[in-house]
Amino acid sequence: MLPATEEKEQQTNPSDIPDDWFKPKQKDTSEAESVVRPSLSYWEDAWHRLRKNKMAMGGLVFLILLGFMAIFGPMLSPHTVGETTLSNQNKPPSSDHWFGTDKLGRDVFTRTWFGARISLFVGIMAALIDFFIGVAYGGIAGYKGGRTDSVMMRIIEILYGLPYLLVVILLLVVMGPSLATIIVALTVTGWVGMARIVRGQVLQLKNYEFVLASQSFGAKTKRIIQKNLLPNTMGPIIVQMTLTVPTAIFAEAFLSFLGLGIQSPYASWGVMANDSLGVILSGHWWRLFFPAFFISATMFAFNVLGDGLQDALDPKLRR
Amino acid sequence: MVKYITKRLVLMILTIFIIASLTFFLMHAIPGSPFNEERGTNETVQANLEEHYHLDEPLLVQYFIYMKSVVTFDFGPSIKQPTETVNDLLGRGFPISAELGIISIVVAVISGIILGVFAALRHNGIIDYMAMAFAVLGISIPNFVLATLLIQKFAVDWDVLPAATWSSPMHMILPTIALATGPMAIIARLTRSSMIETLTQDYIKTAHAKGLKPWKIVIKHALKNALMPVVTIMGTLLAGVLTGTFVIEKIFAIPGMGKYFVESINQRDYPVIMGTTVFYSAFLIGMLFLVDIAYGLLDPRIKLHKEGGE
Repeated sequence: MLPATEEKEQQTNPSDIPDDWFKPKQKDTSEAESVVRPSLSYWEDAWHRLRKNKMAMGGLVFLILLGFMAIFGPMLSPHTVGETTLSNQNKPPSSDHWFGTDKLGRDVFTRTWFGARISLFVGIMAALIDFFIGVAYGGIAGYKGGRTDSVMMRIIEILYGLPYLLVVILLLVVMGPSLATIIVALTVTGWVGMARIVRGQVLQLKNYEFVLASQSFGAKTKRIIQKNLLPNTMGPIIVQMTLTVPTAIFAEAFLSFLGLGIQSPYASWGVMANDSLGVILSGHWWRLFFPAFFISATMFAFNVLGDGLQDALDPKLRR
Repeated sequence: MVKYITKRLVLMILTIFIIASLTFFLMHAIPGSPFNEERGTNETVQANLEEHYHLDEPLLVQYFIYMKSVVTFDFGPSIKQPTETVNDLLGRGFPISAELGIISIVVAVISGIILGVFAALRHNGIIDYMAMAFAVLGISIPNFVLATLLIQKFAVDWDVLPAATWSSPMHMILPTIALATGPMAIIARLTRSSMIETLTQDYIKTAHAKGLKPWKIVIKHALKNALMPVVTIMGTLLAGVLTGTFVIEKIFAIPGMGKYFVESINQRDYPVIMGTTVFYSAFLIGMLFLVDIAYGLLDPRIKLHKEGGE
């Protein structure tokens, strides 16, 4: 929209340009304010990515259903966990006993969901206790650094060298088999993995400026660890917790299978599998099938969920 | 290097010492003597028995006697089978357990690496998905469930393989599969992910540009680096296989060390429990030590003489 071109050549001096040549451009506020992509927090973004992972979501749905059945399953059945009916031994699944009965005439359906309670309880408790000890230990070791760190790491190295299932078995022999003993025994050495992960993360994070800023405001160590360092470590911590659960469930089943776990009349999947070792020859497949299926499916679900979370919570994979 | 090995050696001896002490004090924390429940023992017999097993001495003296037995590796006779010493049991059981363990770990390593490499080479292809689905299943199914399943199918339904004992190569197939599947799955997943990462590195592109054959690049260039993470977890895997032998030996009625260990726990046979625990721990800790040394030798980036900080 310039005036005639021949005029332009003569008027080379910028100060000669008349003001009315300039027109203020209309500022388009509507365009500037519109956001192309929704702004997502770390957790929203992780959730979006997790939702796209079909395997992980399948695992999550399975675990929610399992948790629901662990709570309400035993109530749905008219039979109780320890109820023995000797006239009803080794009956295949029927309308009365949905999963059949075992060698003492106990209802496998009720026992399976009771086993789910035990397994989930052991798994979640182990993960929670690991979380509290591991995070505190790893956080302090990583943040303090120096001598404190090397002493704390030597202790971890020694604990890490202890064969974990042997220690658990030893403790169970001494303390007697019970649910509490299993959980204590599992966490005695179990928190070491968590502590290592947290320490490694904290070691990296503590050199960032926001920690320095916090320090210059006079924040105490406890506050810095709690408010600055740990929230940034939550991704790896959650993944580690999700992967601790199947390990603990396996350990409980393994110990129960060896006769060191939950005692009769209560049921855990390991106990049920151990009880039904003889069914291979007798053909009472349902006694082994249901506990075996649910141990495997639960561990599978936790493993795929853990894998999915690992991808979803990894900030490097964020797009 | 020498300094590092010495440091690790000291740590190793310390760990074994802690395990041995822990075992001793835990066993003695149990109230009562192992002979209390024995029928037909009058007080004199019991006193004699306790004297024989040094149970009448003060705890500290017993501890020194025990530590001496750990150092000389002589745990004396079993309480429940007094004709046999703990060393007899270990001598009989260990070769069988070791055979089962070594075969399983070799099978697991070889098949796991092959599976992982093929999955990585066909990244996001059908083979990749199938191999990884198989691997997650392998991790999720507990070995004792897998073992019973294998017996049910191969020994009972199809009657092609023997279900129990450890007498011929045919007998070894099912226990080995049951024990090797878990570690194999872990190795396959690790190999796959580290192989995928290695294959994107520049030196692999250079190798391709030089016109080397693809299989040669995979085997000679990529695999060597991709296997480092596998070496790191070998210690943990060994521990898993070792404890796995307990249940596998129970299910397949294999007369190995695990069987004696489980029996001794169920019978509260303290000398056998202590002997086997110390032996297992020492063995395992020794293996972890060797794995660490091997890792240091394989990876030139790790400077062993430096204090490992980060």
